[in-house]
Amino acid sequence: MPSFEPLHILNGQAAALKDIPSVPPEDFRRATLDCVAEGARVCALFGCPAAGGRTRLYMLLAHPRQGQIAVFSSEAGPSYPALTPDCPQVHLFERELAEDYGILPEGHPWLKPVRFPHRENGAPRPAEIGMIDFYRTEGEQVHEVAVGPVHAGIIEPGHFRFQASGEEVLHLEISLGYQHRGVERALAGGPDKRTVHYMETLAGDTTVGHATAYAQVMESLGGKNPGFRAQTLRAVALELERMANHAGDLGALAGDIGYLPTASFCGRLRGDILNLTALVSGSRFGRGWIRPGGVGFDIDWATRDRLLERLEKIVRDLTGAVDLLWNTPSVLARFEGAGALTAAQAVELGLVGPAARACGLSRDVRFELPSGKYRFSQIPVATWSSGDVFARAWVRWQEILNSAEFIRAELESLQPEEILTAIPGPAPESLAAVLVEAWRGEICHVAMTGADGRFSRYKAVDPSFHNWAGLAQALRGQQISDFPLCNKSFNLSYCGHDL
Amino acid sequence: MIKPLLERLRQGRRTFPFPEADPELPERFRGLPSLDTARCGRDCGDACLKACPTGALSRTEKGVTLDLGCCLFCAECAAVCPNGAIRFTREYRLAASKRQDLLLKEDTLRLASALDRKALKLFGHSLKLRQVSAGGCNACESDVNVLNTLVFDLGRFGIQFVASPRHADGLLVTGPVTENMRLALEKTWAAVPAPKLVIAVGACAISGGPYRGRPETLDGVGPCLPVDLYVPGCPPHPWSILDGLLRLLDRLG
Ligand code: SF4
Ligand code: SF4
Repeated sequence: MPSFEPLHILNGQAAALKDIPSVPPEDFRRATLDCVAEGARVCALFGCPAAGGRTRLYMLLAHPRQGQIAVFSSEAGPSYPALTPDCPQVHLFERELAEDYGILPEGHPWLKPVRFPHRENGAPRPAEIGMIDFYRTEGEQVHEVAVGPVHAGIIEPGHFRFQASGEEVLHLEISLGYQHRGVERALAGGPDKRTVHYMETLAGDTTVGHATAYAQVMESLGGKNPGFRAQTLRAVALELERMANHAGDLGALAGDIGYLPTASFCGRLRGDILNLTALVSGSRFGRGWIRPGGVGFDIDWATRDRLLERLEKIVRDLTGAVDLLWNTPSVLARFEGAGALTAAQAVELGLVGPAARACGLSRDVRFELPSGKYRFSQIPVATWSSGDVFARAWVRWQEILNSAEFIRAELESLQPEEILTAIPGPAPESLAAVLVEAWRGEICHVAMTGADGRFSRYKAVDPSFHNWAGLAQALRGQQISDFPLCNKSFNLSYCGHDL
Repeated sequence: MIKPLLERLRQGRRTFPFPEADPELPERFRGLPSLDTARCGRDCGDACLKACPTGALSRTEKGVTLDLGCCLFCAECAAVCPNGAIRFTREYRLAASKRQDLLLKEDTLRLASALDRKALKLFGHSLKLRQVSAGGCNACESDVNVLNTLVFDLGRFGIQFVASPRHADGLLVTGPVTENMRLALEKTWAAVPAPKLVIAVGACAISGGPYRGRPETLDGVGPCLPVDLYVPGCPPHPWSILDGLLRLLDRLG
């Protein structure tokens, strides 16, 4: 048992900063390990500048069984015994703390920069991007393969180092940060007129997911919820985003193994789903759809009917395109067993989203800690237990079907109501925490306000931040040539990681 | 074997007959803004300028000027204008050849012109591009990528994305160019054999977009490389990108 009681809040609830227990570092550590032992997962661990140039650490853990988020804090000294050896899922958060605040997690197994931030005051960077020590394996057969940051396809930049023996990957190290554009730093001092645009572009393919998290943050800090219709339309937007990206991923997976029929059908169908989002919001990515206080766009009955009609056709075409995968033995032969992770590994690494569900974990914010419309409308959690490329593909397909059904039911139950409510300004000296299950998994936004009600700190955790290590782990013992396939099955965000 | 063929028959042919037919765009699509200078009063307290998240708007003698290169097409300006002087049309053709052509004073935009004859001879029938993603949010890359799907079928115009800069005739850059990508971009550019082109896609690549003025980025490609084609938008619609590319290659009648 923790030696103190962490503050427990619901998803989307705000709390006064003074109510957050501040405990000595030993208790902070104990409480974290205890919560994790009880089945909680780390949603965010971050620092916040405190008086006297010191740093205050905040820990947020999701307790799925209680449906609550545990919050507590501690003042950090210049160093502390790293949590990572006992709780591997915080490995990247601790690296981030070291990079941003110079707090040394002693005994961290692999302390390297995360984003190679540019220093405003002209102080030298701790390390030049790409110029760091990579983990090395020695041996006669061992060779190193370095890829990126500029890759062969139209994708974002990142650097990958493989230690391989022949074709077999012994270790893959992933170094990111190339997309770092200082978003979190830019958010401090807000909200202002750019804030919502930063949110919509934290990861462009997750515009709705991140904008929803932000909107809920503002609503909890303002102490007012949007209406039912707005919440319904938000959930529709979020599920459309999930469908489009999953459809695109299934096509890309097919493409990576050279199975072109599904690749080309799905490429088109992803576009058709994006066009549904554009039908409502004018933007294929849903820019402008989600706003604090509700939604920026309403739909009339005619549009609703068009959406339903087109959705039905899309699902029919998708089923035709995707079923080919499950009926083609050569496809299954490539998917099955590739890049497999166990449930235990997924728990240790703190994986979220389809990658976790493909290992058999029923980890889904919409089910465990529902907020917004998901408190009233349930959506099944799709899981599969083999943890391989097949499982990640299959879970995506089940989620597409579930989302389509959800959207249909939601659109059919739509009731007339105002779509946008005025939200009072953020409460001062508060913390609001929001979790959203976006298509890649759990998004966590935490906002803290100062005496003036402005953000003293805004922490955004994209699901990719949890999952990149999962990809590295999945590659062990695989063929180098399977990297594109494994990579696609995770389809992680570089920009979402590089905030 | 028969199943994929049957499915192919069922899905049918989906390539859109562009440029012969006009693309289908949603009613709420926000394309080229139209500025009605006659309506632009001075009594509004510069509401649009104050609402704009990126500073795309400025006031001049004759009304407001809108820099399409910075614009996120969020329409916040149109929403606050009491006189209805700013409106968003559904015009998707937005690409320009020069940076200053993107400064919109009324609703006319000088669209991109074709490359000169010598360049057209080289690139007009076959253009190989290397894409470099240099920051941003990846939505621009996504909408460049879809040009390869069968709806747009970029390949039929002789334009292709290649894996190596050494096989490329130019770069298509997205993102505001982060400090951390600068070196990689410069090296990739150096690896493209001359003569070579640069195409800047999206508000980020043109001006820094939402990240304009942030110390972590260079505010777009302009400071590093000579740009031959600008495609505004956040992100630009795939049709806007395709239209720009075809204009550059003089393939639009
Ligand atoms: S639409 Fe463009 S000009 Fe208008 S407010 Fe948005 S960014 Fe500024
Ligand atoms: S211009 Fe807009 S859509 Fe394109 S990368 Fe930048 S933020 Fe993303």
